Amino acid sequence: MRTITYLFIGILFGITMFKSEAASWFRIYEMFKFDSFHMYGIIGSALVIGVIMIQCIKRFHIKSFYGQKINFLPKEKGIIRYLVGGIIFGLGWALAGACPGPMFTLLGVGYVPILIVIGASIMGTFLYGLLKDKLPH
Amino acid sequence: MNWIYEPWPWYVAGPMIAFIMFLLIMVDKNFGMSSNLRTLCTICGAGNKVSFFKFDWKSQKWNLIVVLGAIIGGFIGSNFLSVDTAVLINPDTISDLKVLGFKSAGAAYLPTELFDTNALLNLKNVLLLAIGGLLVGFGARYAGGCTSGHAISGLSNLQAPSLVAVIGFFIGGLLMIHFIFPLLF
Repeated sequence: MRTITYLFIGILFGITMFKSEAASWFRIYEMFKFDSFHMYGIIGSALVIGVIMIQCIKRFHIKSFYGQKINFLPKEKGIIRYLVGGIIFGLGWALAGACPGPMFTLLGVGYVPILIVIGASIMGTFLYGLLKDKLPH
Repeated sequence: MNWIYEPWPWYVAGPMIAFIMFLLIMVDKNFGMSSNLRTLCTICGAGNKVSFFKFDWKSQKWNLIVVLGAIIGGFIGSNFLSVDTAVLINPDTISDLKVLGFKSAGAAYLPTELFDTNALLNLKNVLLLAIGGLLVGFGARYAGGCTSGHAISGLSNLQAPSLVAVIGFFIGGLLMIHFIFPLLF
């Protein structure tokens, strides 16, 4: 049952990424050119609703569907890792035009070359794991 | 119901993403896609060499199922919920892209110059896709999250580190498109 739930959520996510064109390389380019409100509207409206939602869950002590207390893990403090890691991510996001969710959606659409992006992003993650202790965080 | 076949406007897509995050929170999970890349490393055996990948990947199986869903969703969205998938970006953006050599701008979902199967025959294209992917994977893990984990989940929870990461995403993206693209294309 839980597997079906996760699968359903994923399908909903994939359809949304494709239909909203957030999975389109062109939309990412257009966003970084500040030529359209589209991507800002998507992220911004998700964010406004998200902020209200999480505040409500916290304030009203809303329990999960399975009756559990909902915990939000705070992110570790720091600047360097977020800034430098973020810049590196942004460079790749703009070049490949896909982030780690939509790249899988594009695979489902049938774009074969996205396999290179996915494979390389797994390699990139591995590379980070290798160098983790040598990097400033 | 014809709207469903058209590209979804931001005010449908944004709330939908918030709804997806809500569903994940309500089933005791969280919205973050890049951690799957770490899980995939572990499944490939990276844990034997690097301690960062030494964890019980089965605890993350749920997120891999979400990824499987995202793949199926792409298939459904493109095959059953779309008539024309050309992305109608701003005409100014289209002419900018044509100058760079992207003739498919305004006429396709992804630039055929990079994502057509034939584009794999061009070594430069393969390298660009590989470098892009490498940076995404490395950067997401270094920053501890990607667009979903920081820009949506983290900022929704008013996390300052996520704001720093998102500012980083934009610095990187702007550098790539305004300064590096003219050198690449």
